[in-house]
Amino acid sequence: MAEITAETHQSQPRQPSPGRMPRNWSEIGSRLVPGLAVVTAMIFGAVFMVAAATDWAAARAAFSADGVGGFISEVRPGIGRAGIAYGALFEGAAGLGYVNPSSIRAETFYVTLLPLGERSLVFIPRNLIDTIVRTIPFILAGLAVALGFKCGLFNIGAEGQLYAGGLLAALIGFHPAFRGLPSLIHIPLAVAAGIAGGLLWGAIPGFLKARTGAHEVINTIMMNYIAIRLADWLIKSREPVIMLDTTASVPRTPFVAQSAMYPYLANTSLHFGLFVALAAVWLVWWFLYRTTLGFEIRTVGANPSAARYAGMSVSRSVVLAMALSGGLAGLAGAGEVLGVQHNLSPGFFAGVGFDSIAIALLAKTNPFAVVPAALLWGGLINGAGLMQVRADLSIDVVKIIQAFIVMFIAADQIVRALWRIRARRRGEEVVFARGWS
Amino acid sequence: MSPRPLRLTRLHVFAALFVLLGLALLWWAPGAFEADTISRLNFGLGRDAPGWGAPTRLTLQVIGGLYLASGLLALVNRWPRVSLAALVLSGLLIFPAVLIGAAAGKQTNVLTMLAESLRLATPIVIGATAGIWAERTGIINIAIEGMMLAGACFGFTSLFFLEPIMPGATNLVLLISVLVAVVFGGLMALLHAWLSIRFNVNQVVSGTVINILAIGLTSFVRREWLLSTRAGRITLPNIAIPGLVDIPVIGDVLFNNKPIFYMMFVLLILTHVILFYTPFGLRMRAVGEHPEAADTVGVNVFFMRYLNTTISGMIAGLGGAWFSLETVGGFDDVMTGGRGFIALAAMIFGKWTPFGAFGGGLLFGFADALGTRFQILNVPVPPQWLQMLPFLTTMVVLAGLVGRATAPAAEGIPYEKQ
Repeated sequence: MAEITAETHQSQPRQPSPGRMPRNWSEIGSRLVPGLAVVTAMIFGAVFMVAAATDWAAARAAFSADGVGGFISEVRPGIGRAGIAYGALFEGAAGLGYVNPSSIRAETFYVTLLPLGERSLVFIPRNLIDTIVRTIPFILAGLAVALGFKCGLFNIGAEGQLYAGGLLAALIGFHPAFRGLPSLIHIPLAVAAGIAGGLLWGAIPGFLKARTGAHEVINTIMMNYIAIRLADWLIKSREPVIMLDTTASVPRTPFVAQSAMYPYLANTSLHFGLFVALAAVWLVWWFLYRTTLGFEIRTVGANPSAARYAGMSVSRSVVLAMALSGGLAGLAGAGEVLGVQHNLSPGFFAGVGFDSIAIALLAKTNPFAVVPAALLWGGLINGAGLMQVRADLSIDVVKIIQAFIVMFIAADQIVRALWRIRARRRGEEVVFARGWS
Repeated sequence: MSPRPLRLTRLHVFAALFVLLGLALLWWAPGAFEADTISRLNFGLGRDAPGWGAPTRLTLQVIGGLYLASGLLALVNRWPRVSLAALVLSGLLIFPAVLIGAAAGKQTNVLTMLAESLRLATPIVIGATAGIWAERTGIINIAIEGMMLAGACFGFTSLFFLEPIMPGATNLVLLISVLVAVVFGGLMALLHAWLSIRFNVNQVVSGTVINILAIGLTSFVRREWLLSTRAGRITLPNIAIPGLVDIPVIGDVLFNNKPIFYMMFVLLILTHVILFYTPFGLRMRAVGEHPEAADTVGVNVFFMRYLNTTISGMIAGLGGAWFSLETVGGFDDVMTGGRGFIALAAMIFGKWTPFGAFGGGLLFGFADALGTRFQILNVPVPPQWLQMLPFLTTMVVLAGLVGRATAPAAEGIPYEKQ
């Protein structure tokens, strides 16, 4: 019976069109798979939280004394802590919390949505704004990796490209030669320098791939480590002083000039970079789907042999895609320097590279889907601090959740099996990266 | 007849680089060193150790001349085989050249330098061997870094918890801990295999998942359970191999080392023999090159891939134990520091053969050891530049060699049973 259903299902061409309503759980579920992957990852993360919050020696003693009941009574507080952790994570990320208003710090602005006795449903706008600020670099860096995937290239080097972009943007921002410029010139100049830095850092592995066949995975990783050491040297070097602020107590570059800072929106920490990022999303979409070069990049990604046979230059597409990918990451680095930190310290971008890969995978390389994926990442990271305070759990548990999210996105069959959703149809696969050849 | 078009090959690029390097050495050496400066290279410790006092300037000039000559020979391109051999030989001279340049007016111990290179090459060579096991059966393993990290973390976790329970039995505890590292490396690999074989997940993506998971998992475990500091970090003991350790000059350097160092050589030989001289190795290679053919003659492709990927992870786990149990005696976040990725490069450098990978690993080990040696010799170069050396070496080597290095044919392609 099941076989017949499957057969009829295949015989009818059912392209998911936006106008048609989904008919059954499998069709609704197919659209929910990314969301379900996130939920599944959070459940897996909860297991680690409970493991960390439980006193296992006491649990073992209770098990031998009172059996399963005793064991459960020992584990239950851990489960409660996991619940508290996720509540705090959500409150820190989205600003929505079910808390006692008197526990909120006095200077923090909040709105009581629903007074429910001692504890109330409150909204703290600052948390949400901080999440959005955290999201901005993830949008750009995720976009960078997604663009690489479109060409069949795996850019693990976003971190290095962020450093390259951030260093140049900071240099233009603080260097005395550029002080006194009007913002209208200074900001674009610093941003352009950031893009150029990332562009160069991405183009080198792209060139090596196109010219010698050296795999971009290895080379972008090597470029990461080189960028980290380079930033470390440029910022820390005292003989000669290159980019070090000698008056600061920690190694960092001087602050960028006021004229190079991204303007803030309405007295919040939200900065102009948000619009830059959203514009970049639209621009990348336009480039990939509305221009010849973008078409060539996608063709090379889908089938290099076919692209070559059709007379497209595979090498050009590879170099271009890697350079643009790096440029986007450089823009992300510049945005963090000009909009948030206003200086650069060694180790500032640690881990962004892997995060951006995860975001691009979560978005299935779709430029527009990068935005919600990045928002999820920004939320997880921004909420982690409050989670650590409230539930006394290491913020690293967020990294585990993130890894599971990527795993379930990559192997969505696991999620489909767990949530009883029919396997995806052929032709829905997304190209990511290729082997060593 | 039209003239043959001039094709710029990799050989030309390298030859041009060698010419430039040779010219640079010839131009730089007379300005940098006095004619009577001596670099003393010792082979052993103590005053009476054998040594060689090389006149710095002259030696560097000779080496520079050799670079120039071999580069020009390759550019002329009349005798391709001869010029390639000359390029490789003079390429190797970079090691003595750098050492002699650094040790100008001082003395340095070449033997400890070599021993240090070998020691630092250990995780890279073991990682590369791990890579060979997976990749020869057609599974790309970019997760060696993550598997090493897992091995390093859980090996130390085992030491951390067993040490107070079993006081006195330090060696037994260490042995168990190394085994735990091996098992956890294998578990991570099993996950990689499961994702890429059962679910056909893109193997590079799946490997990245393992890498991210390993970073999250290990820093979580460290932050939650391993932070209470304890005095006395213990590491694996030195084992002197009886008889061999008494060999003059090299005996103490090579045969008085820690167990994982020896395991590197054991693994190399074992891998070589299994891969090329046993039916099992033949099946491995068949599955990696042409799984359909292997399946036709009755080799279970999926089983071979699961098994070998797991073995790969176990070897990587041993490499991880090198960091936490053999070298440091503790665990730090991301303590593998990219060695797993360098191991991959060493594997590609060695064209997926164990001894080739050993050569690649030594190259990186040397670049690594050079950093510390430069600091000892007070060479005025920023330490960060020296730390870049292994990574730059990797890129240059890959650019120069990967074109001729061919991966197993079926690598990265999920096998679908017909």
